[in-house]
Amino acid sequence: MDAILKPRDAKDTCEAVKWAAAEETPLEVLGSGSKKALGRPVQSAHVLDMSDVSGVEVYEPAELVLTVRAGTPLAEVEKLVSDSGQELSFEPMDYGPLLGAETGKGTIGGVLATNLSGPRRIKAGAARDHILGLEAVSGRGEIFNSGGRVVKNVTGYDLPRALCGSWGTLAVATTLTLKVNPKPEMATTFVLEGLGDEAAINVLCQAMGSSAEVSGAAHLPDGHDGGPARTLLRLEGFKASVDYRFKALQSLLSPFGAAGRIDGEPSDALWQSVRDVTVFAGKTTPVWRVSIAPTAGPAFVSTLRESTDVDVYYDWSGGLVWLSCQDGNVHDAEIRAAVSAVGGGHATLIRADSSIRTSVAVFEPQDAALAALTRRIKSQFDPHGILSPGRMVAGN
Amino acid sequence: MTAIAMPEPDAHVIARRVEIVKALQAIVPGEGVIHEETQMRPYETDALTAYCQMPLIVVLPETVEQVSAILKYCHENDVKVVPRGAGTSLSGGALPLADGVLMSMMKFNQVLDIDFDNRAVVVQPGVTNLGITRAVEHEGFYYAPDPSSQIACSIGGNIAENSGGVHCLKYGLTTNNVLGLEMVLMTGEVIRLGGKHLDSEGYDLLGLMTGSEGLLGVVTEVTVRILQKPETARALLIGFPSSEDGGRCVADIIGAGIIPGGMEMMDKLAIDAAEDFANAGYPRDVDALLIVELDGPEAEVDHLLERVVEIANANNASHLRTSETEEERLTFWAGRKAAFPAVGRISPDYLCMDGTIPRRELPKVLAGMRDLSEKHGLRVANVFHAGDGNLHPLILYDANKPGELDAAEAFGADILRLCVEVGGVLTGEHGVGIEKRDLMTDMFSEDDLKQQQRVKCAFDEKHLLNPGKVFPVLHRCAELGKMHVHKGQLPFPDIPRF
Repeated sequence: MDAILKPRDAKDTCEAVKWAAAEETPLEVLGSGSKKALGRPVQSAHVLDMSDVSGVEVYEPAELVLTVRAGTPLAEVEKLVSDSGQELSFEPMDYGPLLGAETGKGTIGGVLATNLSGPRRIKAGAARDHILGLEAVSGRGEIFNSGGRVVKNVTGYDLPRALCGSWGTLAVATTLTLKVNPKPEMATTFVLEGLGDEAAINVLCQAMGSSAEVSGAAHLPDGHDGGPARTLLRLEGFKASVDYRFKALQSLLSPFGAAGRIDGEPSDALWQSVRDVTVFAGKTTPVWRVSIAPTAGPAFVSTLRESTDVDVYYDWSGGLVWLSCQDGNVHDAEIRAAVSAVGGGHATLIRADSSIRTSVAVFEPQDAALAALTRRIKSQFDPHGILSPGRMVAGN
Repeated sequence: MTAIAMPEPDAHVIARRVEIVKALQAIVPGEGVIHEETQMRPYETDALTAYCQMPLIVVLPETVEQVSAILKYCHENDVKVVPRGAGTSLSGGALPLADGVLMSMMKFNQVLDIDFDNRAVVVQPGVTNLGITRAVEHEGFYYAPDPSSQIACSIGGNIAENSGGVHCLKYGLTTNNVLGLEMVLMTGEVIRLGGKHLDSEGYDLLGLMTGSEGLLGVVTEVTVRILQKPETARALLIGFPSSEDGGRCVADIIGAGIIPGGMEMMDKLAIDAAEDFANAGYPRDVDALLIVELDGPEAEVDHLLERVVEIANANNASHLRTSETEEERLTFWAGRKAAFPAVGRISPDYLCMDGTIPRRELPKVLAGMRDLSEKHGLRVANVFHAGDGNLHPLILYDANKPGELDAAEAFGADILRLCVEVGGVLTGEHGVGIEKRDLMTDMFSEDDLKQQQRVKCAFDEKHLLNPGKVFPVLHRCAELGKMHVHKGQLPFPDIPRF
């Protein structure tokens, strides 16, 4: 019997998990299912659909705090805070375009489960840096709370952060408390054209190392979206400050050429496309997301290109490389060897058929001691292995 | 006095002391093992000086291999270990155990790698917080989290406590500024997390380790993010006739979309003590004093200063000064930074508390504290990180007067319960340690605490690393792992499913 369990609240969720624990039968934990095509596929007869555990509990703009149920659509949350002049400053990306799915889907629980972020990761952090507290149901079928509703809190272990990026394998979040921030008054983009990868990453790192408070640092190489190479730096804040910092960047980076400036809607659209990897949208080539030290970006790509034909672009000042394997093969061994050759990091397979995501390690493999620790943590939260088993690592 | 009981020492371990000393000497040669009482004395307490306990033995390893071998030996021989950095914990996080080895990490004092291009610095855990800034400031960089003890506290200890400081409102806590760790588990296994890249390939163990109070692993290497210093910083000194006015001003500044580099408030008793001590030029005729520091590009700071002045005036500010020079800015801060020693001068002893509350509850909590002050018959001075609602009430008492320490501790516990009652937490940046351990049940349910302890079991199944801290009741891991399941029907059958 395949069942979709659709709880309405934390108590229902708890009952559903208790039942699955007693039956020792796995549950695939889903919000809206918008990221089902990400990660390893879960072998499970039953689905725990959290989309009805939805709604805003408390939003206090003056406290910069928001408490919502996990199944609340992200779009609803973003609209709510935007109406008060605030935002989720970690800029959660939308995988819809890249995965050939609808855009604007996903729940806030899914944002946390996958630790989403965007170009502002380098200044404002990821989802992990904005979760203050949660209520969740462990794989034991017990409701627990951790964290709080205030930013400064060291009372007990930071379980909210530990659950960020755990892909629903440790516990099912039912309520989340997030930190929100004021929206910047304006944003503008500083653009240099025609730079090679090395010069471009040098520009991005110099800008990040200045006091210009850059909130986005990306490089789109030559021919990448049909045009010349573009090196992009985003400045946000009060207008007087943005103008002032733009001039400071002009003077700092004058040896690299004259800078262009993109304001308003075109600037926002540009960063949204950097965030959502739209340049690789509408295709089926395997796509990887690689996190490495920023300055390692160009060396990583040139090492990889010795064996593999890849299309790339750089975000996070060079520290995030999005790459598409042009011949349709996944090349996991070559990519992971190149990551290790430039000093380490991690490569995650983002777009590939489910059969490939079953046979290839989607997440960077861990060494024996860390993998064993990971298994022990999983079993302390979920002793019967019923919560989205195999989502991150085979057999766990 | 010890109102807070530590686990009963294991007489069998104490009886094996000579044998354990020999085993440790075989791992750490030379003077790295201390077992003479007079030499161990400096380690008997940390900055929570009301509590003292001589350790069984002190060991000062110098290499990761030694740390690993010590922990492995202690694990195999059921010997407890208390890790210690600079010993500046205000919550007793490094309080020794009579039957435990105290492992000081202060010989790990090297800066290993400074990488300006990647804005990352790799250091050993015994390097001080300020030592990181000192190593990079010649290029205009700094390490942002700045706990008041930054001249002395170690970065390893900062990881353990997830330390904050005045500037964390804008620049984040330790956890937001750490990129990587190397640590050793109680079994001796060495684990590396993160590096110069962002985010994790698996569970966010870097996030879990930060603030785990030395209960999960011993940190042997740390990679942190450094930032370029803001171009300029200026401060405003704003006095208010009442703390309600001050509290509203704080809320309005945040509400206007302004995140100051620092925003600190002091109450009347703290203002007077600080002014007597530091002559910072604080007004005496106000009930609340706010220091707002704005940092960033000059154009931005000028713009925001105007806005903050408007907001202050709209909230009945009775005194307002803007720093015109760097010297003046530092003078504004001198009083605040000296607040603790200043209070130490008007009272033989004080307890420094550390709760966090939602900002809007500030007037209510201050009023509640005044009532509690009468109830317990002790004075309280308040300094707090107003921007993030982190309070540091200083309870004044005299340890030589019978019963006063007990009264001060009871007063402190009442304050923290009040913080939890209004939606806040027991500790914002000092950690639970032993100090707030027995209050954990006021904030968390039994299930909450059991799940936290199960995490501990994944790292340290025998409860040998820093036991007696954080958790009021120690459950054995086997007991925590038990599950009582009852087979049953599919739940909530009234809902259609497919």
